[in-house]
Amino acid sequence: MGTFILRRTGVMLLTAICLTFIVFIMTNLYPNLEKLAKNEGNFRMSDAEVASFLGNRGYTQRKLQNYGEWLGVLPGYVIEGSDGKTRGRCSNHGAIVEDAGRYCGVLQGDWGFSSRFKEPVSKIVITRLALTGKLMFWVLIVMVPGALLIGVMAGMREGSRLDRSLSTGAIVTTATPEYVSGVIFIAIFTSSAVGLKWFKGSATSAMENATFENFLLPVLTIAIYGMGYIARMTRASMAEVMTAQYIRTARLKGVSFANIVLKHALRNALIAPFTVIMLQIPWLLNGVVIVEVLFNFKGFGWVLVQAASNNDIDLLLAVSVVGVVVVLLTQLMSDIGYVFLNPRIRIT
Amino acid sequence: MQNLTWTGTFGAYIDPFFLTTFSACFIFIVAAAARGFSRTDGPTLINPTPASIALLGPTAVIGLVLWLLSLTGLAPFTMLALGNAWLSFVICLIIGLATGLGLFQISAGLIFKLVQISFYATIGLFLIYLTIGLFVAPETMGIIGAISKQLTPTWIALIITFLVSIKFKRNLGLYGKLFDSPIGMIGLGLVLFWVFTALLGAGFDLIATHDPLGQVSGMKNKHPGIPLRGAEAGDYPYYLFGGDTLARDVFSRAIVGSGIVIVIAPAATIFAFMVGITLGLPAGYFGGRLDTVLSFLSNMVLAFPVILLFFLLVTPEIIESGLPKYLAVILFAFPVIFIGVAQFSKNRLKSNFLFLQFPIMMSIAIWLYLSLVSEANTVISILPPLLDLFDVPSEILVVFVSVVFVNSPTVFRIVRGLTLDVKTRDYVAAAQTRGEGPWYIMLWEILPNVRGPLIVDFCLRIGYATILLGYARLFRFGIGIRKPRLGHNHQCRAQTTFSLSSTRFSTSLLSDEFGLGPQSTGRWSA
Repeated sequence: MGTFILRRTGVMLLTAICLTFIVFIMTNLYPNLEKLAKNEGNFRMSDAEVASFLGNRGYTQRKLQNYGEWLGVLPGYVIEGSDGKTRGRCSNHGAIVEDAGRYCGVLQGDWGFSSRFKEPVSKIVITRLALTGKLMFWVLIVMVPGALLIGVMAGMREGSRLDRSLSTGAIVTTATPEYVSGVIFIAIFTSSAVGLKWFKGSATSAMENATFENFLLPVLTIAIYGMGYIARMTRASMAEVMTAQYIRTARLKGVSFANIVLKHALRNALIAPFTVIMLQIPWLLNGVVIVEVLFNFKGFGWVLVQAASNNDIDLLLAVSVVGVVVVLLTQLMSDIGYVFLNPRIRIT
Repeated sequence: MQNLTWTGTFGAYIDPFFLTTFSACFIFIVAAAARGFSRTDGPTLINPTPASIALLGPTAVIGLVLWLLSLTGLAPFTMLALGNAWLSFVICLIIGLATGLGLFQISAGLIFKLVQISFYATIGLFLIYLTIGLFVAPETMGIIGAISKQLTPTWIALIITFLVSIKFKRNLGLYGKLFDSPIGMIGLGLVLFWVFTALLGAGFDLIATHDPLGQVSGMKNKHPGIPLRGAEAGDYPYYLFGGDTLARDVFSRAIVGSGIVIVIAPAATIFAFMVGITLGLPAGYFGGRLDTVLSFLSNMVLAFPVILLFFLLVTPEIIESGLPKYLAVILFAFPVIFIGVAQFSKNRLKSNFLFLQFPIMMSIAIWLYLSLVSEANTVISILPPLLDLFDVPSEILVVFVSVVFVNSPTVFRIVRGLTLDVKTRDYVAAAQTRGEGPWYIMLWEILPNVRGPLIVDFCLRIGYATILLGYARLFRFGIGIRKPRLGHNHQCRAQTTFSLSSTRFSTSLLSDEFGLGPQSTGRWSA
């Protein structure tokens, strides 16, 4: 077990390094740097001004040099710019600060400085991740049990009326993209057009204090969208397992139907839904952006859009690292879960 | 000129009937759900639910529905509101209990019969709207009738297809079997409706009423059914679904736009599945190093922020560097590999196959592959232009590749998980003992046995691919980002048109899934 976890941690580090390197190269292409410069300076900069802006802030060094600085294995740049000011990476790309260290990278615990928000990246990522984490938590609480219940009830008697009605419901909900269902929810439950002002159309206040009133609609919008998919997968697996020989044997032995479904069939049917549920978690991390924007809930997805549209390199790199950690953790959980669901599976 | 209403002057006479059957259908469905919650009668029932528990069903279902209706403030239900939500909740539950007691005096069969009758009546009346609309002016049957008239080519194509297919269904194999079940026909009908609409509307331009890109001044953000300002003779006099934010006709845009969606979404999903299956099977089956490497790659793609990907893909330097092209070269190779390996592993002992059919098949597949990826004057230009069968426009290729790229690791993970599970079954051990090769076992023993979840995932993923195309548009043109508060009152019009155009979107998804999902899984695993 020890070596297993050690190896998985090693793989996680390697993935993070490779992914951040790719993202680094992509975001450091010249047109993207130009976008960064124009967003930070002003939009009417001439090409020469852009070049000197970037040169003064160390963006035009060799890519590997910059990446090493971000990692913290190379000392941060200190450049005397064409405008006479001396800037340094460790002083947040600004005028040199006395107590700044020589190295300031991830290894030193410094995740860089966001050019969009003018704040340390670590602070942004932690606050926004906590907000989206809250949203994800409630979505999962609503979505997973609901989806499994619908899927099992639909799959246990394939072709029955219950199956047909639940399946139709699941298809309708999952076929409606969240940017449609969100708008419909807002129109019905918050506007004066219909007259039901039960909930709030904005989840801004939920960032500090989530209540039923301001948080239900965003949670529901995402949960309903994802629920149908998991329910359909559960139904498919369940329907297949229910045709197996040992289910018939159990029925002939006189085991009650509820026991057959819960004890004999469910565990064997859960492999595919479990994979899918674990895949929903990385998707939720940045797939919720539409809902976040719709309900004005400034979480992780919103930060990602801001970072991507302003080409905020340090922030994008940190976001990728978070992505890697979440993906690898969920993959680890699903691998361990497989062994629990089917003890004959061997994972190395 | 007057605005078109939804059902027009003649429809106003049918509307009351339609509303009656529609609400009757709703009431009966609630009653059936309440009644069917617990089984207390029936010829074969051995273990009936006790009456005390059986009553919980109607109490909960009817009580909740009444309570929610009372909260909506609809006129007939306001007397239930009582000024206090909790008091009214208790009252509603008591009414539910009483209705439940009454319901159990009626047989379940009768209630289900009533549901059926009211449902068919609703559908029938809707068909009347559509049929009358075919023969009259737009004003008589309103927007619904006018749309039905515009869709005449689709209706004709649908009717011909169905008549021919039903006549020859015994000779049509698996496709013919769809016509044995009503659900199969409904699903196929919905899918074919969009296929024909896309083909005739986008391909032959027989359906759209206006130029999808044409802007008419004064038609910005208008309600459905708005008369066209300054219409000349020969112009269609209405914007059936209203105007969008750039004063273009939403109906025509929906029709023409369906053409590209209906080609790209299924095609991208097929490619993603080929990639996911070809890599996921060996990762799960062999495990070990191979699994580590492949999982490493898939995790990298999964962790790559999708939004950043869309932003990067519009960077001209990335397109010029040929990155989408290289990705296409890699991703598009998988179907060829898949077909080759599948056929080879199954038939490798038949000399006739090995020296005749296999080489022919593979050379055709490779030729198609090369014509797909190769394009003159780009980074990948392998085939001489004479042999190059077709080219894909670069902006479509970019979207296509990114959708495949984003979807394949998910498919990979699902296939890998299922393979890990099925690998431990006895029939796999039997095949190994027989001395079958690993690829034969993977493709002909394991893959057919995991098809249930895969087919369902495939059908749903077509829908997700469509939505992903929508995301790509949202991010590239900034609709969702620049206008965060779409739902507010001052933007009510934008909202109407927006949701309307999206309705088309979602129905198209619904049709894909409805048609293929339940039907094919039911059929194949039966």
